[in-house]
Amino acid sequence: MKLPRPALIAAAVAPVAVFVVLAIALALGLRNDPAALPSVLIGKPAPAFALGPVREGDVGFSRADIEGRVVLINVFGSWCSACRLEHPMLMELAASGVPIHGIDWKDAPADGAAWLKKYGDPYVRVGNDEIGRLGLDLGVSGAPETFVIDKTGRIRHKQVGPITPEIWRDEIAPLMARLEVGG
Amino acid sequence: MNRSPGALFAALLAGLMLALPFAALAVEPDEMLADPALEARAQAVSKELRCVVCQNQSIDDSSAPLARDMRLLVRERIAAGDSDAQARTYLVERYGNFVLLKPPFQANTILLWLGPLLILLVAAGGLLVAARSGAVEDGDPEADADNMESL
Amino acid sequence: MTAEIGRFCLILAFIIALVQVFAGLVGARRGDARLMAVATSAAGGQLLFVGLAFALLIRLFAVSDFSVMVVAANSATIKPLFYKITAAWGNHEGSMLLWVLILAVFGAAVGYLGRTMPAAFRARVLAVQGLIGVGFLAFIIFTSSPFARLFPVPLEGAGFNPLLQDPGLAAHPPLLYLGYVGFSTAFSFAIAALIEGRSDTVWVRYARPWIIIAWICLTIGVTLGSLWAYYELGWGGWWFWDPVENASLMPWLLGTALVHSALVVERRFALVRWTILLGILTFSMSLLGTFVVRSGILTSVHAFAVDPARGSFILALLVLATGGGLTLYAIRSPVLGAGRVFSLVSREGSLVLNNILLVTITGTVFLGTFYPLLIDLLTEDKISVGAPYYAMTFVPLAAPLLLVMVIGPLLNWRRDSGQGLMRRLGPALFVAFAALLLVGAATHGKALLAAAWLAMAAWLVAGSLLILVRRARVGEVSPADSLRLLRALPAATHGLVLAHLGVGLLVAGLAGASIFKQEGVAQLGPGQSAPFAGREIRLVDVTPGREANYEFVRGRVEARRGGGEPILLTPERRFYPERQSDTTEASVRVTPLGNLYVALGDQATDGRWTVRFFSHPLAVWIWLGGAVMALGGMVSLFDRRTWAAPERQSTPDIQTAASPAE
Repeated sequence: MKLPRPALIAAAVAPVAVFVVLAIALALGLRNDPAALPSVLIGKPAPAFALGPVREGDVGFSRADIEGRVVLINVFGSWCSACRLEHPMLMELAASGVPIHGIDWKDAPADGAAWLKKYGDPYVRVGNDEIGRLGLDLGVSGAPETFVIDKTGRIRHKQVGPITPEIWRDEIAPLMARLEVGG
Repeated sequence: MNRSPGALFAALLAGLMLALPFAALAVEPDEMLADPALEARAQAVSKELRCVVCQNQSIDDSSAPLARDMRLLVRERIAAGDSDAQARTYLVERYGNFVLLKPPFQANTILLWLGPLLILLVAAGGLLVAARSGAVEDGDPEADADNMESL
Repeated sequence: MTAEIGRFCLILAFIIALVQVFAGLVGARRGDARLMAVATSAAGGQLLFVGLAFALLIRLFAVSDFSVMVVAANSATIKPLFYKITAAWGNHEGSMLLWVLILAVFGAAVGYLGRTMPAAFRARVLAVQGLIGVGFLAFIIFTSSPFARLFPVPLEGAGFNPLLQDPGLAAHPPLLYLGYVGFSTAFSFAIAALIEGRSDTVWVRYARPWIIIAWICLTIGVTLGSLWAYYELGWGGWWFWDPVENASLMPWLLGTALVHSALVVERRFALVRWTILLGILTFSMSLLGTFVVRSGILTSVHAFAVDPARGSFILALLVLATGGGLTLYAIRSPVLGAGRVFSLVSREGSLVLNNILLVTITGTVFLGTFYPLLIDLLTEDKISVGAPYYAMTFVPLAAPLLLVMVIGPLLNWRRDSGQGLMRRLGPALFVAFAALLLVGAATHGKALLAAAWLAMAAWLVAGSLLILVRRARVGEVSPADSLRLLRALPAATHGLVLAHLGVGLLVAGLAGASIFKQEGVAQLGPGQSAPFAGREIRLVDVTPGREANYEFVRGRVEARRGGGEPILLTPERRFYPERQSDTTEASVRVTPLGNLYVALGDQATDGRWTVRFFSHPLAVWIWLGGAVMALGGMVSLFDRRTWAAPERQSTPDIQTAASPAE
């Protein structure tokens, strides 16, 4: 059976055509981080929670604390070295009036308390999540992670990794400003 | 220098933020449910869930702390009466489809699931056409010789 | 000084490779015999200087010269010498150098052992081989030099992943690269054939032994990797569908297809264009694998230190090599003659079916590996594709392939009848059904899937031996004559039988170990025991100790069946201070019927130890099967016809597109 010419040409060209598509995908893929896990909770209300205190005598941190204002929730731990890198940035933000709450994740309260005492406490409220249940409910996979919560208590953004000045300036600050106005 | 095994392992745990990818099959006896049927279901479900801080492991296989947390969560849901699918969904709601080792069948994975069949049809079509597009001839003494010799 | 000499050798090799390309292409075009000979000498020269560079790198590791960056990053003085040396290829730069070395080895081998090839053709093959070398030597020299210096010089190295201090794993990369890079020769042959526009079987006749050699090495490499994972990682797995594992499986699958379709081209002058395409694609899969491991584009336990800049360079090489090859194919393949015709029920037909299934399987693995990336790029979603996907796609596609493996060799070339086939298959069918009934009965009808797969394994083993039975005309002639016929059989036949037999063993091992496996865990104090898989497992004691560069705790575990003799197993946990990490050394008791696998977990606060046990029936046949497959390949290399197949008549009215010296 002799093949018609167009079919022959198609069969000869098809492999290189498929390869071109693949090469483009691979080139784009190089700029992509395969391990970065985007949040599926964007747009959803934050889960109900009530965390105990980190320091003795503190009030802890619960869901009611985040309603009514645009806030940041920062997940940290005394064992987390990247959190220490992020910490000065958080202190700066707190000093300039940005409301930040803290979750001491997978940490004994005493260790978290010691860490805050040593390096400073940028948080309005801070709660301890030693068993990690709130972390699971928020889809946390490591520290530091920071959530942007709007006035109605919905999660609007998740930052994986430390907040750098650039990330603050280009992503988080504008978002918080928008949410402040838009409601 | 003599170190007690206990101190040794305490030292190990201190270094961990992300998973140690290589360790023994990870379910600890203290996690296991009392009811063997429920425990078996929990292990089966765990085998289908991905450890999100590891490289390509299920939470059943990983000794990462987060994997342990997820295993406990799965057991909690199953003990609370969730079906296998509900337990999986509970985790998908929080971590996304990424956590499923068996990709869901949805609009953006149709190509993934039907792909093998499509490839089979294209390969079959292409090769059969290539095979049949030869020149016609009568008789083939070389083929006969080959068959006599039979390889 | 040593490092600088090494760098100089690499630059020299790069220049020589350029000469090889130029001399080969121009010499062939002009028919200039001297220039073509220069190409061969250049191939030798490239081997010499890359070999020298590699030897120097080994020396740097052996003496722990920490002024060289890769040595400082990957070695330490307290490591045993053997592992210092194997560390040379356990990192990105060193392994790239090994890659290029093997490329040079194959190039020189084709140059010097391929004397019987037409000179112009050989020169072109060497030119293409040299071109690949140029690309990768450039990559090494400009982005990944193993000889880069480190200043200030550290007093001690940063150690090594303790998992890699293992003999099995030391051998795994070299063998794997022999396979990956070995297929570069198939690529070079295919491209040379396209350049010349040859419509005869010359290229495949000379390429076949190299294809088989590469296939053998890749088979051993993949098998060894799986075996290493099994005894080293501590939870009894042997294949994880990890992207880099898949990246080694895909060239193997296409390489197997290539081995079979090359046979059709050589014997029957059919599937010419397809086989050339396959030759290009197989090596492209190797390049893709190289890309995946080193670019960080997919998460994998195997990934070397990730560097998108290096990834871009390799992608560029991939685009040039594969893109260039496929473009050349698109332009030139139509001028290649179509081959002879055959009926679908024939040996050729079965080999076409083999290729259809293998290509589909490869496409499926490819889809599963790269789909998450595609989704990530195109949508907001992020998915995973793990073992459950492959169980539902790969396995059902493998089944018809395994069936065809027995049917194919029993078919006649060109045309055969269905009835004749059924008669010949009789004994194999009988054995398969018998196995099905036996296993079904033994498991009381509860493990039908296992029975089916074990029947498949029996089908493969019986079917392979059936080939020998038929050729030896057992039953038709006297036993003495049968024996004589058997010994007169060409080595290639024995090779085929062994290779297919090996697959049968592999299937048996996979079926047993996957379907009948059991696992359990218990917390045991010294002297305590737990029941498992018909045995009593008792933890005798756990004692600490230390070796050259690690500390360990070793457990002694006794497993006893009923009142029988206990088996002693000694699982360990090892702690490597320089890496602050530990490994699990499982203890495995291997028997032909199954493995008992014990691993030591953590110690609880009350002093009891977590002990994990696994039973893997028939597991050893997985790796023995792989070994027998490779052995089959090796045996067929002993057949003179593999190396110097007789010229076949092409059909008279097919013309070569252009004369060889155009």
